[in-house]
Amino acid sequence: MSPQALFDQQGDRSEADRLGAALRGFVREFSVTTALHVESCVRCGLCAEACHFYTATGDPKYTPAHKLEPLRRAYFREAGPFAPLARLIGWPRAPTLDELRQWQSLIYDSCTMCGRCTLVCPMGIDIAELVKESRHAMFDAGLIPERLALMDRTAEQWGSPATPAEDLPDILHDIAEEFGVEIPCDRPHAEVLMTAAPAELGEHTKALAAAAKILNRAGVDWTLHRGGFDASNVGFNNGDLRLQEKLTRALVDTALQIGATTLLLPECGHAYGAARWEAARWYGQALPLRVVHMTEYLAELVEAGRIRLQPIGETATFHDPCQIVRRGGLERAARTVIAALGLELIEMKDHGVEAYCCGGGGGVVSNVRATALRHKVFEIKKRQVEETGARRFVTSCGQCRITLEMGAQHVNWDRATESLVELVADRLAD
Amino acid sequence: MELLDFARGIALRWACALFVGGCLWRLVGVLLLPRRRDLAPPREGAHPPAVAALRAIVRHLWPRPNFAGSTLFATVNSYVFHIGLAVVVFGLAPHILFVRRLVGLSWPALPNNLVFGVGVLTLAALAAVLARRLVHPVMRMLSGAGDYLSWLLTALPVASGLLAASHLGARYETLLAIHVLTIAAFLAWFPFGKLMHAFLFAFSRGATGMRFGRRGVDS
Repeated sequence: MSPQALFDQQGDRSEADRLGAALRGFVREFSVTTALHVESCVRCGLCAEACHFYTATGDPKYTPAHKLEPLRRAYFREAGPFAPLARLIGWPRAPTLDELRQWQSLIYDSCTMCGRCTLVCPMGIDIAELVKESRHAMFDAGLIPERLALMDRTAEQWGSPATPAEDLPDILHDIAEEFGVEIPCDRPHAEVLMTAAPAELGEHTKALAAAAKILNRAGVDWTLHRGGFDASNVGFNNGDLRLQEKLTRALVDTALQIGATTLLLPECGHAYGAARWEAARWYGQALPLRVVHMTEYLAELVEAGRIRLQPIGETATFHDPCQIVRRGGLERAARTVIAALGLELIEMKDHGVEAYCCGGGGGVVSNVRATALRHKVFEIKKRQVEETGARRFVTSCGQCRITLEMGAQHVNWDRATESLVELVADRLAD
Repeated sequence: MELLDFARGIALRWACALFVGGCLWRLVGVLLLPRRRDLAPPREGAHPPAVAALRAIVRHLWPRPNFAGSTLFATVNSYVFHIGLAVVVFGLAPHILFVRRLVGLSWPALPNNLVFGVGVLTLAALAAVLARRLVHPVMRMLSGAGDYLSWLLTALPVASGLLAASHLGARYETLLAIHVLTIAAFLAWFPFGKLMHAFLFAFSRGATGMRFGRRGVDS
């Protein structure tokens, strides 16, 4: 690890206090699954073969198991069954503050928590989840990239890393005018609470308008709401558990308040991970409403015959967003919609649960420090897309789309990354 | 006391006690940690947890086709020395005799020459593991003292067993005593390092299978 590794730190606190917070954070939440996964690693290094950061650079420091080194050492010293013995003999060593600073870029800049490494691990270790646990400690210690910390502070104040809640009605009004579609906001009662990704209130407004057009056409009783509108959970990515809970509760409580039976998530990967699979933990029970991703909802509308689509009649390939497919289980839904669009799907060499990450997940797309590395990773996806020879390139996650668009722009690649929901809206049949 | 008596007696007894006690302590210590219940409703049609766990345990026995090329050497070599160790430990007549004296169980032995050949192959595969750990940038970076110790204490019983079977280097009783002592060292270290994966692998894979099976993913 280079001693010149990049790091940022937040807050004015003593080094001992910062280190103590990190060490407590590493071992705070050791459940049996987390412990089994830390205990089982045989240091075989095969996880490197699945990691896009290692594959793109060949640099061993990007080996997923290596990213867990501080967590591993903290666990064996503080929480493992032989912890007293480990402390007595001083092995393994406790992580130092300098080491944590060095590991910051490995934990935040070069891991998208995509989970591809789990597929190749002979022990089946969920390394992405362990990186997420590591981020909890790094956040507690004020050791996260400043750009992500800025988003954290903004989301804390606004409920969104990009849009103040009070601006939502005006933004929706402008989008409705621009695209000629009705977008309900703050309705007191609705069956479906629709949510947005940050970019859908900025550069990807067409995706939000597309969702509105489809929901209106299907006759869905829906609304967006200032109480909870941004589903991208910055706390989930940053390791800020308190913010993760606050943002989750804003969505779920708002949905319950308006009597919604469905919380509809936008084309956003981490929103799905945070809301579909983790929201219930904050309530201590299963939520009394469905949490559904846009792709899944589109597939349901198509299969129920509530929307009909005009066939496109071209070839397409699909980028599977990691949080939605490999870690979310929605591989089939996107393919159902693609088939309904009359697109001939040509799969990439690595697709479905085995697909390569776009390189921007886990907050990496927002982490400007990681831009050069992200562009190297983009080459993998670019090559696999070109190998298919497909005319269209489609995905169902706005963050993936931004990452892929930035990568394309960097190398002047003339291929557009298209949104599935936008394609559906464009091809709605009367 | 003769060295062989010491090896077969007090050394092996203490090693076995450490092995059993240490393994139980580590397993129970981990398995008694709090369980974080997954409260999100499972995907419709998801496998029951036990089925998802079993599927993951089986699925990770061999890499997926897209990873087969990049992991081929590690996979094949690992199978060679794991199967080799099993054949040597459970197939050799003197080992079966030892187990029969200890617990009363026995089974047919494999021919000595075959087991000897497998032992040589196993040792060669273990040497390849070490070479890879020393040469491959990823493995060299990941490896610590515990990894090398685990390797050494796995390789030594095989090597000393081959020497004892060949009557090479010293008189047989001395070679046998050394062989038994290396086994004692292996057993004593087993619970503390990564050799525990022999038990943990099923729990680790199973936990992942349950987590993702619930989501409708064959992870």
